[in-house]
Amino acid sequence: MPGASRRGFLLGGAGVALGAIPAAVPNADPTPPAHTGHGTGHGTTPGTGHSHGGGINGPTFRGGTVDHVANGFNPTQLLRDFDYGKVSKLPGGRTLREWEIYATDREIEVAPGLKFEAWTFNNRIPGPTLRCRAGDRLRVRFVNASAHPHTMHFHGIHPAEMDGTPGIGRGVIEPGGDFVYEFDAVPFGLHLYHCHVGPLAEHIARGMYGTFIIDPPEDRPPADEMVMVMHGFNTNFDGQGNQLYAVNGIPFHYMNEAIKVKRGQLVRIYLVNVLEYDPINSFHLHGNFFDYYPTGTRLEPTEYTDTVVQAQGQRGICELRFPYLGKYMFHAHKSEFAELGWMGFFEVTE
Amino acid sequence: MKSPVTRKLLPGWTLVAITIAIAAVALTALAVLGSRALPERTGPPVEELTVERTALSPSTIELTLRNTGPDAVQVAQIFVNDVYVGFTGATEPLGRLATETVRLDYPWQEGHPLLISILTSTGAVIEHDIPAAVATPVADRDLLALMVLLGTYVGVIPVALGMVFLPVLRRAGRSLVRILLALTVGLLAFLAVDAAVEGLDLAAQTGGAFGGPILVFLGAALAFLALTAVDRFLQKRSGETADGQRLALMIAIGIGLHNLGEGLAIGSAYAVGELALGAALVVGFALHNTTEGLAVVTPLTRQKPSLGRLAGLGLLAGAPAILGAAVGATVSNAAVASLLFGVGVGAILQVIIQITPALRDQAGKLLSLPVLGGLSAGVVIMYATGLLVAV
Repeated sequence: MPGASRRGFLLGGAGVALGAIPAAVPNADPTPPAHTGHGTGHGTTPGTGHSHGGGINGPTFRGGTVDHVANGFNPTQLLRDFDYGKVSKLPGGRTLREWEIYATDREIEVAPGLKFEAWTFNNRIPGPTLRCRAGDRLRVRFVNASAHPHTMHFHGIHPAEMDGTPGIGRGVIEPGGDFVYEFDAVPFGLHLYHCHVGPLAEHIARGMYGTFIIDPPEDRPPADEMVMVMHGFNTNFDGQGNQLYAVNGIPFHYMNEAIKVKRGQLVRIYLVNVLEYDPINSFHLHGNFFDYYPTGTRLEPTEYTDTVVQAQGQRGICELRFPYLGKYMFHAHKSEFAELGWMGFFEVTE
Repeated sequence: MKSPVTRKLLPGWTLVAITIAIAAVALTALAVLGSRALPERTGPPVEELTVERTALSPSTIELTLRNTGPDAVQVAQIFVNDVYVGFTGATEPLGRLATETVRLDYPWQEGHPLLISILTSTGAVIEHDIPAAVATPVADRDLLALMVLLGTYVGVIPVALGMVFLPVLRRAGRSLVRILLALTVGLLAFLAVDAAVEGLDLAAQTGGAFGGPILVFLGAALAFLALTAVDRFLQKRSGETADGQRLALMIAIGIGLHNLGEGLAIGSAYAVGELALGAALVVGFALHNTTEGLAVVTPLTRQKPSLGRLAGLGLLAGAPAILGAAVGATVSNAAVASLLFGVGVGAILQVIIQITPALRDQAGKLLSLPVLGGLSAGVVIMYATGLLVAV
């Protein structure tokens, strides 16, 4: 009965001005929070991360960066790390590519001071970027060194028993087990792979995904190529959403270490969205536009834009050149994701 | 028999010392060996943080955290309304019951809600909700002056107003005085229940580190016992059993302790911007608390207290609201507040017990019809004036 309680009265009472009181009220006319001069000193405040900030200067982690050495990977290196596998020729001249991929359970520092119990392919998030050419024969030996059952499910065209789906073909690969996924590289384009064991959302959210690129028969024009896998971390594993968003493993990483590119050079971004729990993700580039090739399965762009939206599993190739020098931000144009980690910088130099 | 010999050989204090030493050794052994015999906990660490105090200044949010759980908690990162923020403080893990203040860098907007999510080193998320952001008043002379004014409006003036009725009460006959005393008991009973409910409400916000609801009962029990002791002392000094002056003093003390808690609630409501200042507040409390003044003077209808004594009683009953308001607006936390609400409850219960004998009629019957009527009227008046001020 709120009416019977004086607390209720205190909280809800209507304010009729009373002569003596307002005059003595401190902050009776509260000054809105200062919007100028706020950044003063923040660059030097210990515990704030990148130089841009905190507060009105944008989101930031306390404590700068994570321990990449302990993690065993650095997003700056993952960016341009393409794994072409062990190459040999099959009788008849076809190219055979072989990989060995391990599933592991691993603790990763995903934000300064915050450890995430990850499930990974080859001890990294995202897993290795497997790259081949259309028509190659692919052999992926998958070893499950994790304590949990896993599979590798590739996007692409292949027989059912090579699909890495529970109950089909070999199905689930139990801990300690291994299996060779073997299929042809079709169709050319930008694809992905991920674990498909249930609960699927958890297996993906824990970090079991990677990029799978099939180059067209004729090379695309030479470019500074990079992979960006958009994903998140549900740090408390409640399945209700993500506390952290990132590209290539560590939130805000490219805020601290801007991606260095050359002015005028063609830049090609293989952009993949595997974000779990949120329906869509997006990519927006500042100060520039790009040609967009959805799924990379056609050689003609469908769009010239600065923002693309991708649902989970969608991917596409962005091609652009930076005409000007300087730093250009890129981020999810879902501001919430951006301010929870999914943002970074390009730095254009001569 | 041996015991006289033992007693002779070992003075009492030695026996006590030896007993304590044996108990200490046993406890130490149990702690060292016993804990090893038990398996590790099967679950993950239990990470709990309670925000005991929030202070907002332009572009800064200051939170005083307390670890209310069993395990150490390391704050890793913090986001406010889905934005990661830079912050200082809590760089080391917080042990059980340890407290630490973090300062967040966030351009909050006046009046808007804030959801603060604290990520621990294990990725657990501890949320703290600020329903409406309001700049926290700075504890300076102006604030203190305001709290004195508020305490005077809601405590001192209403009580004094009620005491003004003394001459009217004087003209009443014995039976009417009994009814008025019954009315007072009704008022006090209402206040006790009201304070208990508020105290338990507050205790729920403390995270339970200091006992949660137990704090209210602890405060009530201690206040009850302390006031009983005070009463025994006064009784001894005056040599009478049912002195009206003493009863008035006890009622004033009880109501005073209650008003301390009330002031605390008002002060802290002001500090978080939830207190609507204005005529409604002052008039409402005048109506609601005037009854308290009435309660103080009812036992004095057959006495001739000096004006100074009356003023003293009034201040004793009303002025603690000032102290409460000042503490509430500056340093109070929910645990202290719930303890003080408990103190108010205990004090009032003690006073009720004091008054009860005076309710007996000539035949020695306690719950006569007029007394029942008075009790009911007291409860209903408090309820009704409570409703009135809630409008």
